[in-house]
Amino acid sequence: MVIRVMRALIARDLQLAARVGGSGALSLVFFLMIVALVPFALGPDLNLLSRIGPAILWLSAVLATLIGLDRLFQADEEDGSLDLMTGAPAPMEMVVLAKVVAHWLTTGLPLALASPLFGLLVALDGTAMGATALTLLVGTPALTFIGAVGAALTASIRRGGLILAVLVLPLMIPTLIFGVSATDAASGGTVPFTTPLAILAALSLIAAVIGTFAAAAALRWSE
Amino acid sequence: MRLTATNLAARRSGRRIFSGLSFTLGPGEALMVTGRNGAGKSTLLSLLAGRLKPDAGTIAVADVGEATLAECLHVVGHRDGLKSPLTAEENLVFARDLLGAPTASPAEALEELGLGHALRLPVAYLSAGQRRRVALARLLVCRRPLWLLDEPTAALDTASQAVLAGLMARHRAEGGLIVAATHQSLGLDNARDLRIDEALKPVSATGDANSAEANSAASEVWW
Repeated sequence: MVIRVMRALIARDLQLAARVGGSGALSLVFFLMIVALVPFALGPDLNLLSRIGPAILWLSAVLATLIGLDRLFQADEEDGSLDLMTGAPAPMEMVVLAKVVAHWLTTGLPLALASPLFGLLVALDGTAMGATALTLLVGTPALTFIGAVGAALTASIRRGGLILAVLVLPLMIPTLIFGVSATDAASGGTVPFTTPLAILAALSLIAAVIGTFAAAAALRWSE
Repeated sequence: MRLTATNLAARRSGRRIFSGLSFTLGPGEALMVTGRNGAGKSTLLSLLAGRLKPDAGTIAVADVGEATLAECLHVVGHRDGLKSPLTAEENLVFARDLLGAPTASPAEALEELGLGHALRLPVAYLSAGQRRRVALARLLVCRRPLWLLDEPTAALDTASQAVLAGLMARHRAEGGLIVAATHQSLGLDNARDLRIDEALKPVSATGDANSAEANSAASEVWW
């Protein structure tokens, strides 16, 4: 029964993202814009770009994740869908989990898959491109789950987007640190690649547990 | 099922809305909640739907097996819980998968409310009254014993109001319960009246005991 509820939620959110106004494609374009802006700002120094490339990609990914996150629960709160979900024969935690997974599938996953392509813009070599894509794949779930807590807290606030960013960006710092350090380690560093990657994976798993329960609690106690 | 509320009190934003509200509702019974604007009619429905916590008092259900109150009820309120980009059919399919216990197909339910032609139209194209009818069609696609209706006739034309009255009569004949917040007569026979007073003195529903008993005896209980 819980599985059926989650499947229904994921299917609906994917359907909505594919229609007009979905935020999936938008966050990908935003990601591209930030990455494309950096070379203009720094000048055509390929060595410099390829050295800070992974950091730029990660920073852009963090910012792009924020796009559309404010509507994650707010849209459902506004039109009454959240009342519907309260009545579903599944705990609120599972509802949150399904919605966050659907959101990650439409924002985090495309970001990770597109990052090798965007790596070209900042002169990354093959190893660094692969490493960035892998770390984004492992690390973006952490960003989405952390963001979900902020989204749940600001669900009933009119212009919650900015508050959301202020709330969750500090919490995303650990993910950013280990994401970038794992990518740096892949292209020649003092630590092996797997150590920061394992910590990154751990951060995602921790965020998945804490984020799900915290967001569900926030939705339950909001009016 | 049987619904019992004892000494309910509600507080929103620190202000006491009502207190000492008690009623019981058995199979086939309907409760009309009336009162001036801001008296707490919608708040009472939110309490029953589990979206708000009562400040004091208890709400109990009996004869529903292991289901919780939130899993036994339908809510149709001011916020219709419909997604504008999705078609009427997609909205109803989602509601059916989310809530479970499917009965009528979305096409049959919409046909019954006179909206068969809108099956494949995005809800965004529908008028306020038509949206309300799509929301009411949700009552028919999943079978749930308690209907919480907040101003169900708002935006409905006379013909649709008659259809709704028929649906409610059928639901009660099958042993269902209805709690409706309204300013108008909804065409509910033998409905009990619960008036939420502006004075904070205890109020309770005092219905015609004989007719209520006759109702519950006549109805077949299927949950």
